[in-house]
Amino acid sequence: MPTKSKNSKRLLGISLTLGGGLILSVFLATALGAVNVSLPDIFRMSLNKIALFDFPATWRTVDETIIFQIRLPRVVGGALVGAALATAGVLFQGLLRNPLADPYIIGTSAGAALGATIAMILPLNLALLGFGLIPLTAFIGALTSVILVYNLARVGGRTPVISMLLTGFVVSALFVAIIAFMMSIGDRLGLNLRSVFSFLMGHISVTNWNQLAVVAPLVIGGIIAARFFAFHLNAFSLGEEGAAYLGIEVERDKILILSLGSLLTATAVSISGLVGFVGLVMPHAVRLSLGPDHRLLIPASALAGAIFLVITDLLARTILAPGEIPVGIITALIGAPFFLYLLRRSRREYAF
Amino acid sequence: MIQIQKASFAYLNGLVLRNINLSVAIGEMVGLLGPNGSGKTTLIKLASGIIRPNHGDIRLGNTGLSQISRKSIAHSIAVVPQQFHIPFAFTTTEVVMLGRFPFIKTLSGESSADRQITAETMALVGLSQLAERRFDELSGGERQKVILAMALAQQPKLLLLDEPTLNLDISHQIEILELARRLNTTQKLTVIAAMHDLNMAALYFDRLILLKEGQIVADGTPSQVLTEDRIREVFAATVKVEMHPTTDVPHIIVTPKGNTVR
Repeated sequence: MPTKSKNSKRLLGISLTLGGGLILSVFLATALGAVNVSLPDIFRMSLNKIALFDFPATWRTVDETIIFQIRLPRVVGGALVGAALATAGVLFQGLLRNPLADPYIIGTSAGAALGATIAMILPLNLALLGFGLIPLTAFIGALTSVILVYNLARVGGRTPVISMLLTGFVVSALFVAIIAFMMSIGDRLGLNLRSVFSFLMGHISVTNWNQLAVVAPLVIGGIIAARFFAFHLNAFSLGEEGAAYLGIEVERDKILILSLGSLLTATAVSISGLVGFVGLVMPHAVRLSLGPDHRLLIPASALAGAIFLVITDLLARTILAPGEIPVGIITALIGAPFFLYLLRRSRREYAF
Repeated sequence: MIQIQKASFAYLNGLVLRNINLSVAIGEMVGLLGPNGSGKTTLIKLASGIIRPNHGDIRLGNTGLSQISRKSIAHSIAVVPQQFHIPFAFTTTEVVMLGRFPFIKTLSGESSADRQITAETMALVGLSQLAERRFDELSGGERQKVILAMALAQQPKLLLLDEPTLNLDISHQIEILELARRLNTTQKLTVIAAMHDLNMAALYFDRLILLKEGQIVADGTPSQVLTEDRIREVFAATVKVEMHPTTDVPHIIVTPKGNTVR
């Protein structure tokens, strides 16, 4: 039996590895792009920024603007999207008791995207809350779709893969159709909306720090709240009946966990559109190496998801530079084959 | 320990339990018998508080079960349901540790006392060798022992078992019933178990309750409950009841048709 000190040592090692990996990938992604700035220069700029040092500028002023006002917000935005989607994936997988659940696959992202689109099309948008209205309506959309899928896809306390996929697919298809329709109307009315293509394919559309002032607290707060439910999620792996026997108020906790997953998904979607498979790939990789205990799985998946999206977004920006492709294309190219592999492997287990 | 007074319960598709009166004292070992669909599982669920009677009342000690929070119920009652599917690769230790859930505070995590209770319970059930094995790779009998250990890690006063020996080979059946019996005598653990095997029930339980179509039709010692007439009436099966050769309980003998004369 692992002792406590052994566990905390392991925890420290994991946090250092993943935390270090995240910092490294953020620096790397900030350095690379249409204009390359060397890593040492970025270090010096950063240290100057936090007023610890005063290095002479060996770089152009425009470089500093690109790094801090354009690229860094985008990279941080990507990290937040990745962390949020991976954590939402863990929450949905735990509650649906199905390791193949992912906010994109089960239609939660599409619900959030529909909510976000409604906020973007409404004329009161800018006047009322600025950017803040988008996460709110996205949350309502996400929660609606997750409750829909949760209730439609469950058969006798379990969520068979086949019914989860079918329900998620159809709900997604419906919501995406409505989004595309609304955006077409928006074009016709001359509203200056995001391109349907980049929104539906997933694209980190962070252009300033103001958006992150709304998104970052929601994502970080959501992940911390999710961590509080970690042990509950372990108990939920016994099913709702088994969880109730262990003292869980099932109906209350279920709605709280689904809301939390919806909040994280909605926040991510409001700045990225539909980025798929992050919530599937990262928790799976973490489970394989660290085991299924949610108390470790949640923080580790959040960090891994952040790293994953920072790197994939870097690829999206640089593969066809100076052009960009939506980051959702990269995550789908990696995630979809992985999903198919898992699906094949789990066939026996789920008997469909 | 637990009193069920005039309880009735119906699922949407019809009445399952009718006017159940049942009082189980501390330290009793009670077997619930009856044909499939007679209401054994529903009665276990009622006693656990996860479903509530449409009429009637259930009291745990002196308090109405519906007045007690799930967490407090889990401090006194542990349940082993018929089957558990765990979709993630938890180890035996991690599953047994879930039995400590009602006692563990979210912020501090499990204490060394929780870890010790988990280890002791696994030793008691004979699982120490399997501590680090994955639950989903265990045999059916081993899994059932893990779930039983999880329930016992709750250190309950009342243990509810729903057909604990279903689908198990004879050695695992004996092992699980012996353990329940031992805890019943040494720790005064109250046990209520739904059972299918009439002979096993007669051997291991002091008091048997026979259900038919949602009603209690007999309640007493094995010799009082398991008579040839009553088994014919309730199970529609013709059997012979004799005395067990070494213990003082009835033993049911089944004779296949056509083999009566040899």
